[in-house]
Amino acid sequence: MSTPSRKDRLTRDEVAHLAHLSRLAVTEEELDLFAGQLGAVLDAVAQVGKAEVADVQPTTHAVPMTNVFREDVARPSLPRDVVLAGAPAAEDGRIRVPRILGEEA
Amino acid sequence: MSELTTTDAAELGRLLTAGEVSSADLTRAYLDRIAADDDAIGAYLHVDAEAALRSAEQVDAARADGGVLGPLAGIPLALKDVVVTEGVPTTSGSKILEGWRPPYDATLAARLKNAGTVLLGKTNMDEFAMGSSTENSAYRVTRNPWDHDRIPGGSSGGSSAAVAGGLAPWAIGTDTGGSIRQPAAVTGLVGHKPTYGSVSRFGLIAFSSSLDQAGPMARTVLDAALLHEAIAGHDPLDSTSINAPVPVLAESARRGAEGDLAGLRVGVVTELGGDGHTEGYEAGVLARFAETVALLESLGAEVRPVSCPAFDLALPAYYLIAPSEASSNLARFDGVRYGLRVGDDGDRDLDEVMALTREQGFGPEVKRRIILGTYALSSGYYDAYYGQAQKVRTLITRDFTTAWEDVDVLVSPTSPTVAWPVGARVDDPIAMYAADLCTLPASLAGIPAISVPCGLSDGLPVGFQVMAPALADDRCYQVAAALEAAQDAARGSRFLDQLPVRSAA
Repeated sequence: MSTPSRKDRLTRDEVAHLAHLSRLAVTEEELDLFAGQLGAVLDAVAQVGKAEVADVQPTTHAVPMTNVFREDVARPSLPRDVVLAGAPAAEDGRIRVPRILGEEA
Repeated sequence: MSELTTTDAAELGRLLTAGEVSSADLTRAYLDRIAADDDAIGAYLHVDAEAALRSAEQVDAARADGGVLGPLAGIPLALKDVVVTEGVPTTSGSKILEGWRPPYDATLAARLKNAGTVLLGKTNMDEFAMGSSTENSAYRVTRNPWDHDRIPGGSSGGSSAAVAGGLAPWAIGTDTGGSIRQPAAVTGLVGHKPTYGSVSRFGLIAFSSSLDQAGPMARTVLDAALLHEAIAGHDPLDSTSINAPVPVLAESARRGAEGDLAGLRVGVVTELGGDGHTEGYEAGVLARFAETVALLESLGAEVRPVSCPAFDLALPAYYLIAPSEASSNLARFDGVRYGLRVGDDGDRDLDEVMALTREQGFGPEVKRRIILGTYALSSGYYDAYYGQAQKVRTLITRDFTTAWEDVDVLVSPTSPTVAWPVGARVDDPIAMYAADLCTLPASLAGIPAISVPCGLSDGLPVGFQVMAPALADDRCYQVAAALEAAQDAARGSRFLDQLPVRSAA
């Protein structure tokens, strides 16, 4: 695996696309700032490409463990009123959410 | 009462057990110090004096009734605000959680509560633990008690400032890439990052789940060991929790303090400040480090240089892995179930509300890392960035595994520099990230590492890092205690006793 070649730094448009994927309504000023800063950070982190990693397995976790199970028994949930008290909006004993579908699908 | 706020926690436990001081008086002494000094230091985000006194009085009453109490009962404590506490505001340093009162306790918070400790408050931190100076907090600047114009380290900078400044006897921090060890180093404390999986992550607001680990920050090695023992151990609520007995830590600290390190094999990591790798390291830090290595030799240790070539890539690997995991973890802050919601006017749909909420609720560093992580995980870049970083992680672990064939512990400076002036690195993420240079390898390999004070440079504390194999946390405490005891004996006082003298000067 080699270092990805970057003809130029992360563009403003790329940052805007990534911000949209990340659900961040960034401002124009932030786009300018982040494009520059993230370009510098990407140049730095791209150094991982220097490593010789033929036949090296990736480490996802420091402790090698898979499939940790617990007994399948019901446990009490958090009290509804306490959870709803922490929600930004509640109605009829439920969390109220903004609509998820447009007027015309 | 000011003596109480400079006394070790271990000694406070003895005074409480012997009935020589009440928890209420002790708690009041700390609350008085907080009231007097925290406007200037900025260590806390939340203090509830009444609640603290109430729990202190309960401990005193239980003791008066002849109840059998644990050794920590009645000792005050501060928790980093990343630790979820039932009914007590918890923000993780972010506006997106402002005002949230969690409906449950983190496992470590519950264990400390059950041990009878008294919660003084929640300490300031870089937002979602992303930072090395605590300047990324959405709430306030925290200042280093050694010099108020300098940073207290980060991300557990509220905890470090509270303990060093006498506003808490000890505190819990969390460490993802160095966030316990670096703030401990720059404020003259002992800070330990436990073996990954040995302290429950249940109820810690997640930053990078394969790296996050909570641990103690204290004035002495023994105090850190006692606090660590109180929070360690298997937790079925954390699926990465190791089901193994808690190592004997306080006893290791006591044994280490006797000062005999004969036969201990110590490796000095070349890549962390050694020959050819000194760029970015302050001369004063390297000098204190060299003196401390010589001290280890004088205590009987066999010292040799050890090369770990993959450590050169720890910083780039970390700044791909941690933001990638963060971009995924922080997706839970969607303005639906808890915390902030912005722009919910009945017209906007969920996606828009989510984007507006996250835009307003997250600060710049959090946004940068989410965007970077999203990029590193995206199709077409995954193999070159995230996948490659995970392979580098394997190489770093291999370097450690090879080293353990020849040495018992590895040592390095904890951080390349002493505390820097507030504001000096806020506009330069790369310079900020460099503070983690020495702490990242142990984080990526999941091994235990401690920072113990090793002297002053330009009047500011320098930290010495001791790394050990997984589950051998006791070795960190033993070696750190030996160093602490030898330095205290040579100085004729504890490390932190130099602080008021210097401040008065």
